[in-house]
Amino acid sequence: MEAVPITMPLDRKTIKELTAGTPVLISGTIYTARDAAHKRLVEALKNREGLPFVLKGQTIYYTGPSPARPGRIIGSAGPTTSGRMDIYTPRLLAAGMKAMIGKGGRSREVREALQKYRAIYFIATGGAGALLAQSIKKAEVVAYDDLGPEAIRMLTVDNFPAIVADDIYGNDLFEQGKARYRKEKG
Amino acid sequence: MRLITPKIREIKAKDIADTVAQLCQRANLGLDEDVLTALKQAQQREESPLGKEILHQLVENARIAEDKNLPLCQDCGSAVIFLEVGQDAHVVGGELEAVVGEGVRQGYTQGYLRKSMVSQPFSERKNTGDNTPPIIHTEIVPGDHIRIVCLPKGAGSENMSRLAMLRPGDGREGIIDFVVRAVDEAGASPCPPLIIGLGIGATSEGAMLLAKKALLRPIGQPNPDPEIAALENELLSRINDLGIGPMGVGGSTTALAVHAEARPTHIACLPVAINFQCHCSRHKEARL
Repeated sequence: MEAVPITMPLDRKTIKELTAGTPVLISGTIYTARDAAHKRLVEALKNREGLPFVLKGQTIYYTGPSPARPGRIIGSAGPTTSGRMDIYTPRLLAAGMKAMIGKGGRSREVREALQKYRAIYFIATGGAGALLAQSIKKAEVVAYDDLGPEAIRMLTVDNFPAIVADDIYGNDLFEQGKARYRKEKG
Repeated sequence: MRLITPKIREIKAKDIADTVAQLCQRANLGLDEDVLTALKQAQQREESPLGKEILHQLVENARIAEDKNLPLCQDCGSAVIFLEVGQDAHVVGGELEAVVGEGVRQGYTQGYLRKSMVSQPFSERKNTGDNTPPIIHTEIVPGDHIRIVCLPKGAGSENMSRLAMLRPGDGREGIIDFVVRAVDEAGASPCPPLIIGLGIGATSEGAMLLAKKALLRPIGQPNPDPEIAALENELLSRINDLGIGPMGVGGSTTALAVHAEARPTHIACLPVAINFQCHCSRHKEARL
C-alpha cells in the first residue's frame, strides 16, 4: 500500500480522510512528550495554568530520544509504549490535541475520546529509533529541560513513516490486523 | 591429606570497568548476526504487507545504526549485568560492584546512550543522570576468570513480564495456556516480533532470573532437553497463530523464538516466569 504524505498540524479534511491501517509519511511540526511531561501538562491544565506551548491542533510524539552526538540534530528517536499515557490522553484531547504518534494499543477511553474530539492515533515502528531519527530535521527543547530525555521538544520532520492505528470512526488497526491473521482459537 | 592450593589469578578492577563500558556501547549500537538473520527470514515468511514493511524497517534500522553510530533504539535500557566470577579470581584495585557501576556510567556517557534510570521508584523518580545503578547478578563458578554479560533491557518489553505460581496439576497445558494468554494480552506493547524467555520451576525469584537468562541464548537455538525443546516449538507456533504480527499490525510473525529453561522445584510448586524481549534482543559478553 502506497504511503500517503500528510502535513502536521493536521487539518480537518485530512483527519476525516485518514482510516486505520493507512501508511503515511508525516512532514511538518510535532512535539515530543512522554510520562513525566504528560504528568506536568495535565497538572498545569488542572491548576488552570498556561501550557508551555500551544497544544491546540498539535501532534504529540511519545519519544525520549537518546542524546545527540556533537554536530548532530538528535540521537535515536523511536516511539515509546503509548498505553502508559492513556490516563492523561483524554484530558489533552479535550484541550485541543489533534494527533499522537506512539506504539501499541490504546484504552477504550482513549479510543472513545478520539471519536469525540476527532483526533488520530498513529504508530511508528518501535525499536527503529535510528531509522526514524533520519526523518527528523530539527529539534529544539521548548519546555521541562530538567526532565532530560523526557523534556518537551519541538521537532521538524520530513517524510516520517507511520501508520494510522485509530481513526475518528472507531476503527482500530490492532483489532483489524489480529482478526485477519489469527489462526489460534484463543 | 594434602591440600592443593589453587593459584589465584588477579584481575584488575579497571579492566572490569573498561570492559563493561565497551559492552554497554557494543550491545546498544549493533544488532547481533543471529537476530538479523531471524528478522530477514521473518521478512520472507510474513503474510501481512504492513508487517513485511515493518520487518524491512527493522533490518534497515540496524544498518543505519551501524553506519551512523546511533543506538538501535532510543531506549538504551536498564543495564542488566551478569557476572560469572571464577572462585580462583581475585579482583584488585576496587570493589567489584562499584567498578561495574563505573563501567556502566562510562559506557552510557561516552556512547551517547540514553540514561533511563530514576532514583526513588514511586515518588521522586529523579533521573540519576548516568544510567546507574546497574542490576547485577553474580554467580561464583569454578575457574579463575570473570565472564561479563551486558543485557541492556528496554522497558516496553520488560513491563510485560509475568509470573504465575501454577498448581503442579496444571502441568504442561497450564504452562502453554498461561504463556499464550500473556503474549496475547501484551499485544503490540512489547515491540513484537519477540523473543520469549521462560523460566519454569525453582522458586518465584529463581524462575524470573531463569527467564531473563534464557534470553541470552542465540535466537532459535533449542534447549538441549528434547522435552523442553518440544514445548518451545509448540509455544512458538501457538504464539505466531495469535495473529498479532510485527508491532501488532497483524501478521504471522509475533515471536522469533521461545527460549525455555527448567529447574527442579518444590512438591507443591510450578512457577512459570515470562520475560519478554523485543526484536532488538541486545546483549554482548566478554571474558577476562
